[in-house]
Amino acid sequence: MEAIRKKIMPFVELTCLRTDKFKTGCLSVNLLTRLSRENASKNALIPHVLRRGSTGHPDMESISAALDELYGARIEPVVRKKGEVQAVGFFADFADDAFVPGGEQVLEKVTALMGELLLSPNTRGGLFLPAYVDSEREKLLERLRARINDKRSYAVQRLFELMCFSEDYATDRMGTEEEAQSINYQKLTRHYKQLLQCAPIEVFYCGGADPLRVERAVKSALVTLLRGEPDEDIGTDIRINTVEENPRYFTEELSITQGKLSVGFRLGECMYNPNMAAIRVFNAVYGGSVTSKLFMNVREKLSLCYYANSAIDRHKGLMVVSSGIEFDKYDAALSEIFAQLEAVKKGDITDDELAAARKAVATELRSAMDSSGALEDFWLAQNVDGLYYGPEELAALAESITRDEVVEVAKGVECDAVYFLRGLSEEGEKANGD
Amino acid sequence: MEIRKFENIQETLYTDVLPNGLTINVVTKPVWLKCFALFATGYGGADRRFNLGGQWVDTPAGVAHFLEHKMFDTPDGDNALAVLSANGAQPNAFTSNSMTAYYFESTQGFYDNLRTLLSFVSVPYFTPESVEKEQGIIGQEIRMIEDNPGFVVYLNLMKSLYARNPIRDSVAGSIESIAQITDKTLYDCHRIFYNPSNMVLCVAGDVDPERISAMAAEILPKEPGEVPQRDYGEKEGPLPVKTRTEVNMEVSAPQFIFGSKVFQAEKGAPLLRQKLTVNLALRCLMGRSSPFYARLYAQGLLNNDFGYDLDYSGGYGTIMAGGESSDPEKVISELSKEVSAVADKGLDEALFSRIKKAAYGSRLRSLGSFGVLCQNLAEGKFAGYCDLDAFHVLEEITVSEVRDFIANNLAQDKLAMSVVHPLH
Repeated sequence: MEAIRKKIMPFVELTCLRTDKFKTGCLSVNLLTRLSRENASKNALIPHVLRRGSTGHPDMESISAALDELYGARIEPVVRKKGEVQAVGFFADFADDAFVPGGEQVLEKVTALMGELLLSPNTRGGLFLPAYVDSEREKLLERLRARINDKRSYAVQRLFELMCFSEDYATDRMGTEEEAQSINYQKLTRHYKQLLQCAPIEVFYCGGADPLRVERAVKSALVTLLRGEPDEDIGTDIRINTVEENPRYFTEELSITQGKLSVGFRLGECMYNPNMAAIRVFNAVYGGSVTSKLFMNVREKLSLCYYANSAIDRHKGLMVVSSGIEFDKYDAALSEIFAQLEAVKKGDITDDELAAARKAVATELRSAMDSSGALEDFWLAQNVDGLYYGPEELAALAESITRDEVVEVAKGVECDAVYFLRGLSEEGEKANGD
Repeated sequence: MEIRKFENIQETLYTDVLPNGLTINVVTKPVWLKCFALFATGYGGADRRFNLGGQWVDTPAGVAHFLEHKMFDTPDGDNALAVLSANGAQPNAFTSNSMTAYYFESTQGFYDNLRTLLSFVSVPYFTPESVEKEQGIIGQEIRMIEDNPGFVVYLNLMKSLYARNPIRDSVAGSIESIAQITDKTLYDCHRIFYNPSNMVLCVAGDVDPERISAMAAEILPKEPGEVPQRDYGEKEGPLPVKTRTEVNMEVSAPQFIFGSKVFQAEKGAPLLRQKLTVNLALRCLMGRSSPFYARLYAQGLLNNDFGYDLDYSGGYGTIMAGGESSDPEKVISELSKEVSAVADKGLDEALFSRIKKAAYGSRLRSLGSFGVLCQNLAEGKFAGYCDLDAFHVLEEITVSEVRDFIANNLAQDKLAMSVVHPLH
């Protein structure tokens, strides 16, 4: 399953993976832009407003009816953050022609509808409909406010906001409430037109169709796209060092019964010339798998928490350890999280731990090859970083990573900030007294 | 071994029933790199009262889930989760009200991993110390889910719909109920519910069905055991116990679920047809292309989180629909208007026909997820049907069946609603 990449229009790249494996194909169109506090909410709002109605399908009901007719095809807005690059657009998945009664050509119809949604919105006087913008802005605000409902991810988000306060990375993929509140239909239409002209576009297809057929369908769907000067200022600033010499500590309170601890790290020197396979294996050894040191020690051996794992943002060179703990286990859990990192730095990694971590990374990458959605996300990330090897190559590299290579990554890793979300003071004391 | 080819969807299903009563379903998937295996027992959170040698036994809430956690401990001191992970598999497990399932996905060493899976699930090993330690870990899990508004809003709906059925309680139990669990409770429940005739093994991948059957026959107990008789309490009435349950928590906007109960059709083909009918009904009534959803979305009363689900356990089907809304009462009253309109005027034929196409496409999509495929096959085994028959049964369902279902099961008096409001 080889990825074929081709420039099909000015700064529009098409990546095609042809395979007969799946019964449903997928197609995505992503506009790339710099993640910023000023514009992130506008960018995030655009695909949602576009999904409300086009010239040919003026409201959601008519769009949904058209999708039902295409055997339940889906075209959904997607807003992603890849380091400090924001990618907004649509993701479609739909039945492959071979499984559709009557052999209808679903690909062309879905691609055309996606192009129509992207380029021919339902407007009045050339401007987005105020009703669509207002209601989608309110929904965006609801989503931004709803982040607090999931305390685990909320604690990670708050950590990044505080830890990276002076970096674009602090901004959520959906932007901020302040910016979202200031959006109106005129402002958003202006921004949309500019985005269409300047944003590099990544199109991805995975399914049974021949790449030439896909190219024809995509070109025909994007024929009215007018391109201006490309936005060159897209990429991620990687900070190698921590902001201060010692970690910064933050504590916040909410009415909850279980504490959430998030610990943020800079990956450090390995980001000068990143060995992605080694970084992934390091993460699996330390906290990214069920055989990891965090899982085996903090959770299983010491019962300090219900969950403890680490995750990497490879674009930005960050790692976060996320854990759910009793309020009074804070000191014990934190010192164990640090102690396990020290162990990795010292090369205190058994052969079994290393082998299991390599396998976990390779398995995850190979499993992605069996999911068109996972492949899409993998290739978007690769394309954003200008890397052109596939999951199989990365899996093979991971299998040969040595202990020294893992230690080499670990050595540069430094804690930058610690965030603890605990219960309200009086409730917290009560819970601790149990 | 029975081989069934489903030409319409290009799938082949191998089914075997071993002398010990175990059912094995294998869907062969050439070209795929990963293999998926799910080993499940028809024992879940709702199975708390059952007949053992002529005597009725009551167990505390949370045993099935507790057992799931403890099954990973093996007599030689290893943890099966770690053994599978070390061999490159991604293992996990879940307990629902009606099923406990252990599964893994792997891209290498499939048969080694399958051997581990079959072995650890069939050999119990508990000590008083390990049970006590687990009470701490599960206690944490219970606290965590109690903080989760999505869980609270769901459980309050179940308590509103049912008067006695054990599905009113959390599958994980409570801190108090799990404190009553001992190693003996676990051994007893394992012996009763983890016998091969009460279990199913489902596999998807580029595998050899004969080799899988042979391995299962070699590892698992030779005796079939019996499928235990369960009691879910006295039959529930058709109406909810309570129409509204509202609480306050730390959330940004009101979270709601409304729902109704469905009297379960007879196991086998009638049950599959009922499930598919209910799904079509919900899609027509409140799916993405329904007039109801489009109108309420445009009015700002619903957002993309809105969804619906159908679950069968404890002898009932439960319909649930919910999400986030500034005005849940308005949502449920608008839905009731739609239901009355369908009851009076019938369902729009054009809507029904395109909804059927969409339902077909959704099912086709689900075949791409081995986890969903295997879970559906396992559910089908416990409910007496083959899930892959759904594609042609779907074609047979008529507009009037769906209309009748809506009119009879979703009328206003059948619905209960649970809401979690913000604190401030």
